[in-house]
Amino acid sequence: MPKREFVFRIGGAAGDGVSSTAESFAKVCARSGLHVWTYSSYQSVIRGGHVWTQVRASTLPLLSHGEDPDVLVALNPQTVDIHQGLVAERGAAIFDSESARTDPAKARPNVRSLGLPLRRMAQEFSKNALMRNTVALGAAIALFDLSFRHVESAFKDVWGDKKPEVVEQNVGAARAGAAAVAEHGGSLKLGLKYTDEPRHLMTGNHAICLGALAAGCKFLAQYPMTPASSIMHWMAAHAPKHGVVVKQVEDELAAINMALGAGFAGARAMTATSGGGFCLMVEALGQGGMTETPVVAVLVQRSGPSTGLPTKTEQGDLNLALGAGQGDWPRAILAPRNPEECFSLTAQAFNLAEIYQTPIIVVSDLYLSEGYRTVDPFDFNVPIVRGMVVADGGEARGFQRYRLTESGVSPRALPGAKGFQHIAASDEHMESGELISDILAGVPEYVEERRRMMDKRMRKLDGLRKDTPAPERWGPSNADLTLLTWGSTQGPAREAILRLEADDGIKVNAIESPTLFPLHGEETRELLRGAKRTLAVEGNYTGQFARLLRTETGFAVDHFYGKYDGEPFASGEIVSKILEVVR
Amino acid sequence: MKAAFELQTYKSQIKPTWCPGCGDFAVLNALQKAIHAMQLEPWNIVLVSGIGCSSNLPHFLSTYGFHSIHGRSIPVATGIKLANPDLHVIVTGGDGDGYGIGLGHTMHAMRRNLDITYIVMNNQVYGLTTGQASPTAEKGMKTKSTPNVGVIENPIDPISLAIASGATFVSRTFSGDVKNMADIVQKGLEHKGFSLVDCLSPCVTYNKVNTYDWFKERVYNLQGEGHDSGDIRAAFSKAVEWPTAQRERIPIGIFYKVEDVPTYEDLEPGLSRGPLVRQPLGLEDPDALMSEFL
Repeated sequence: MPKREFVFRIGGAAGDGVSSTAESFAKVCARSGLHVWTYSSYQSVIRGGHVWTQVRASTLPLLSHGEDPDVLVALNPQTVDIHQGLVAERGAAIFDSESARTDPAKARPNVRSLGLPLRRMAQEFSKNALMRNTVALGAAIALFDLSFRHVESAFKDVWGDKKPEVVEQNVGAARAGAAAVAEHGGSLKLGLKYTDEPRHLMTGNHAICLGALAAGCKFLAQYPMTPASSIMHWMAAHAPKHGVVVKQVEDELAAINMALGAGFAGARAMTATSGGGFCLMVEALGQGGMTETPVVAVLVQRSGPSTGLPTKTEQGDLNLALGAGQGDWPRAILAPRNPEECFSLTAQAFNLAEIYQTPIIVVSDLYLSEGYRTVDPFDFNVPIVRGMVVADGGEARGFQRYRLTESGVSPRALPGAKGFQHIAASDEHMESGELISDILAGVPEYVEERRRMMDKRMRKLDGLRKDTPAPERWGPSNADLTLLTWGSTQGPAREAILRLEADDGIKVNAIESPTLFPLHGEETRELLRGAKRTLAVEGNYTGQFARLLRTETGFAVDHFYGKYDGEPFASGEIVSKILEVVR
Repeated sequence: MKAAFELQTYKSQIKPTWCPGCGDFAVLNALQKAIHAMQLEPWNIVLVSGIGCSSNLPHFLSTYGFHSIHGRSIPVATGIKLANPDLHVIVTGGDGDGYGIGLGHTMHAMRRNLDITYIVMNNQVYGLTTGQASPTAEKGMKTKSTPNVGVIENPIDPISLAIASGATFVSRTFSGDVKNMADIVQKGLEHKGFSLVDCLSPCVTYNKVNTYDWFKERVYNLQGEGHDSGDIRAAFSKAVEWPTAQRERIPIGIFYKVEDVPTYEDLEPGLSRGPLVRQPLGLEDPDALMSEFL
């Protein structure tokens, strides 16, 4: 049977150009019409160390970054050592024959050891040391029978019309790599059919940016932090064209407070960070809840605690998002499961923030934010709903910014609107915005008023529960086991479910919650009705979602599979865990 | 012709909660006078404050306001100004707020030269938390938190700091001279760029050293002594007269002022189409954007 997919892996030291070569390869695959899913394993170092990137490509939609590579490009001896034994049967390992050698005893059967003088071959085209990657890339293209048309176009994208000679050098080097493959056994003859209908290729962070722009985000304040920084990079590059202010600030305290200021003034505003930066934002998020100011805060999780593993993935910050800020304030926490939801939930977050006049948190993770995936074009026709904003020129007499309402939402006035002046206060205040905290706290009438104001704000949660996406069940209804997943675990978990059905005839389904808070307790309970056994699969140590589920519904999962080693879930790992549970 | 705003128009219904005799009353009056003299529309002014006695000020005027959390007034104000540069954004707060917990933001706002005015009511003590040393407390000052030998740190000198950080209007005023204060606040508001108005605003309850009388004996007006506020070296030398060099003479007035320095808003490419709050939402050409990913 011809293969429907393959895996390409390239490894070396930081600074060797691993990720840019992998990106070019992924682009070639996407332009060939394949579905693509990449994963980069890198370290918190600029030069040296060991980094590798994997590109999985398939004629069918993908759900994870896959496992063992069919083709390995090893840019240094260490990469040969670490990865040569992982190359799949009938695959190939490309390495520089002048600086490394493979050990046949470590390789699987029928793996072609493709030692080429990469550096020397590259020197014929350019003095640039990274040109050897291009030779190896060309060899990989030939092994997979991919079209050179897409290789050339990928190089043109990088160097454009400005440096045609560099494009030419790279094309030459790639063709030399391909020619060497022709001399050493030819392609792998995998038999994949390429449609050459290009697919869109992007990361989860790109999709968040697109969702933000589509929703009319006009202001982003951010401090650099992996793996959220690429949101700032992309937005900054596109900001002037779209009339957006992107501000790199002195710290995350400034980031969230500036975003709140912009939100108060009437611009749709966002900030993005990872766990450490989010820790600095928590007081101001509560301020957003208290002053009823719209803002979108994106939390791209990485391995904690503390600085943790800055370049590694985890789903360990749900508790942080749930508990951010002193006291109780209404919030929604949305967790996109894939790039499509990075787009749609981010766009929705802007509406929710303005409709409910409160911070909305979007929780992603490194695996989803940095990996490239092919996507279908997004529907940019997203509704923009700004909630209750009084019209400038309207009747201002008796305006009360924090008027008690059934929904908990009060009409908002933007600075500049004549007659609607008010103070948004982080202290407890009455309907007018006047403080209760200073000389009225404890006075019986204002004890009541404080309670009414809390009740008013917290009533927003009823609306937020209705307006946020409900949990979904995926897979057969009469399953032997029900998985509970959230966020980026969707893909690997679904793939595990498909594999178990195909290979072992075991029926498993999954309940996935794009809304983490307010948790849709009743719907989740309904979906759980009749579940024979349950297994929560989460990228953290304590089962933060399972605990939330128990808190909100009283439902305790039977089993928990937590992963906190920094690596994303592989579907095979979930398969093994499921087999352990069901047998 | 537009009807003129009365002075009273700028006052809110809410009475200040400060102690009788607090220096902040003078600052409130001076600010009210300045915006009245400029005839600013109250709905186009946003007062942003942090936490502390002085940060309650926005409630006592009839403008828009954002009474933020401790130390974060400057970034909130920055967000407001960048979203809508047409607004007059004025930040008010205390020395603990701006020179202590929020000092980082203060310096960064200055180097950005945002067109905002920062009025700091500097009383050298934490009032609302009942009398601990503040970042501008003088060496040796005994407070609840420094009861033994007094403060052993050097005080922050906001004036030198502001000049060094890139503020383009740096001034000090004294609550004992409201007329001069109103005049300088107005000049600060009229200045295009970041203006600091450090107000010596005595705390009559917790600071028994730096009292009205103490200041009256020492303050003198820079402008009366021919100080050239365009000369950065002269500005620094006046700045260090107090509290770092000696305690006998304390200059008030405008230390430093440079005109025609572009503001952050002038240089920000994202504002080239006008205020963010007036931009249409959504994308003009989503297909082109999506095709970047092909």
